[in-house]
Amino acid sequence: MSNPLLYGARWAWVNLRNEVLVLPSRTLALLWVAGVLLLPLVYGDPYILRIVAMTCVFAIFAASWDLLAGYAGQINFGHALFFGAGAYTSALVSIRLGVAPWLGVVAGGAMATLFGFAVGYVCLRLRGSYLSLATLAFPLIALGLLFAFPDFSGGELGVSGVRSLAVSRTANYYIIAVVMIVLVFGMWQIADSKFGLVLHAIRDDEVAVRASGINTTRYKLAVFAMSAFAAGIAGALYAHFLRVAGPSSLEVALSFQVVIWGIFGGVATIYGPVAAVFILYPLTEWLGSFRAFGELRLLIFAVIVLLVLLFMPRGLTPWVRDKLETQCPRCKQRNGSWRAVCRLCGAPLRLGAAAAQSPR
Amino acid sequence: MFQDILVTGLVNGGVYALLAIGFSLIFGVARIVNIAHTAFYMLAAYCFYTLLVRLHLPGALAAAIAVVAVTALSVLCYRLVIEPVREHESAVLISTIALALIFQELMLYAFGGNFLGIPSAVDGVLVVFGVSIPYQRLLILVVAAAMLAGTWFLLYRTRLGLAIRATANDLEVANLMGMNVQRVAMATVAVSVALAAIAGVVVAPVFVVDPFMWLTPLVTMLAIVVLGGLGSLKGSLIGALIIGYVEAITVFVLPQGAFLKGAVALSIMVAVLLVRPEGLFGVVFEEER
Repeated sequence: MSNPLLYGARWAWVNLRNEVLVLPSRTLALLWVAGVLLLPLVYGDPYILRIVAMTCVFAIFAASWDLLAGYAGQINFGHALFFGAGAYTSALVSIRLGVAPWLGVVAGGAMATLFGFAVGYVCLRLRGSYLSLATLAFPLIALGLLFAFPDFSGGELGVSGVRSLAVSRTANYYIIAVVMIVLVFGMWQIADSKFGLVLHAIRDDEVAVRASGINTTRYKLAVFAMSAFAAGIAGALYAHFLRVAGPSSLEVALSFQVVIWGIFGGVATIYGPVAAVFILYPLTEWLGSFRAFGELRLLIFAVIVLLVLLFMPRGLTPWVRDKLETQCPRCKQRNGSWRAVCRLCGAPLRLGAAAAQSPR
Repeated sequence: MFQDILVTGLVNGGVYALLAIGFSLIFGVARIVNIAHTAFYMLAAYCFYTLLVRLHLPGALAAAIAVVAVTALSVLCYRLVIEPVREHESAVLISTIALALIFQELMLYAFGGNFLGIPSAVDGVLVVFGVSIPYQRLLILVVAAAMLAGTWFLLYRTRLGLAIRATANDLEVANLMGMNVQRVAMATVAVSVALAAIAGVVVAPVFVVDPFMWLTPLVTMLAIVVLGGLGSLKGSLIGALIIGYVEAITVFVLPQGAFLKGAVALSIMVAVLLVRPEGLFGVVFEEER
């Protein structure tokens, strides 16, 4: 009876059943984590592993954009700057100084954080569309400088010959997958904390937040730095995984791509952009593998995005979540949509559900 | 070199002004950040190329058909894609990005990725003060000036222009005064894209036509409208000239200038924003609550 192992297992099972399996969204999140971690054991095809690893890298990137744009409302059109800063710093540090890849990744994250502070500082006084359009400029300024000094940056070709993260393919995959899960859940926690609440408030009404005695400047700088850090890590992983850091990591196309992922998945959710990346990136790669579709890949991608938005203007995941779950009108907790009464407070969730409540 | 800078800056500034004023109009009236704006410019260039080079139509006719067709297409896109999601600002934004990508990929599929050249509509050069200006560049300048004057006339001397300005000023009050703001927004889309299409047609013989030709002017145009102040037409015009000249000076004076021209132009925009966050001629919006 008092076996601690048995006790731990029982505790885990009770928590799993009562906290995770009661809600479809949490079940899906659990299945997703399990799927990402177990994939190499079940299906070790190098091509698939490569695609999923790239998906993980972009998932970090998209989630970091959402923290900044979705929660804090600083809709950044130049998020590729942080990605590129991470990629180039990590690649240059590991080639010029010969440091270990993990240290390079940390350096990439640190450099991106500095860039985040700088951009955040410049953009403090800008808001709305001005901020979006001004941020678009930063990666292009960086790109212009890279092209102007090809000795340092490798110009068009970029920095190649970067060491990979680990020797084996599976180890590479696991490093990226675990970093992705840690960062994404970390950002989710941040977004759900009091800090995230302040960010929400800043997005909705910055003047009111300032009037409540909150130093919005500090919060905005902090969220810029955090978001840039995560994006920088993503960029550094990308450089080490592909073993090259090229100008494509700073291009407008990448900045737009992350905006598309973020809005397609549903902003201010963190999991939305991640889900969007996990749907759209493999889909486009898969479409690209057909000869006939290869050239039309981007076209099909754009048409899918357009059509989905026409029917779900708030994005994919909020729409799906509303289908799967309902919110209790009394205690505001979420319930599976099959339930007639709230799982926590017993309030009826639908009209006429009170009658169905009595037989139980 | 000084004369080169003078002429290049003026010509590029004119083209940028055509693009930026259209973009600014549509932002002012409908609050749409239309990323696909320069994609229409690209489409017009392709349309002009097809009509002129493949179908051997006379230049003026080809240009007119290209502008009308692209404008009609833009109104169609607005009705089918943008209007259904108008309440969701972010959805509008990526709809326009998606539209631009679709146009780019369609052109890539239909014409391939290689550069296409268009013969100049008018050959020969004009020599002024020892600097030779090709007539085609002069044509760009004349068309840009005429179109800017036309836009000014439309906005300040016609009823439609009054409606557009009123809607840009205050959408709700304009609606209450009995203006059909949906119709006004559609007319603005048409005017704005027509300006972009005209720009596309006149520059096509000078620049090369390729499916990615919309990206560089897009960024420059955004820099200009932010620099001049979003929604301000005067700001867009002056911003266009500033950026046109800055680019020309960078290219002619600095080593590696061709790579740096975008960076320098954008840095100037950032510098202006640091001093005046609402741009040179932007109005300071009251906090929208």
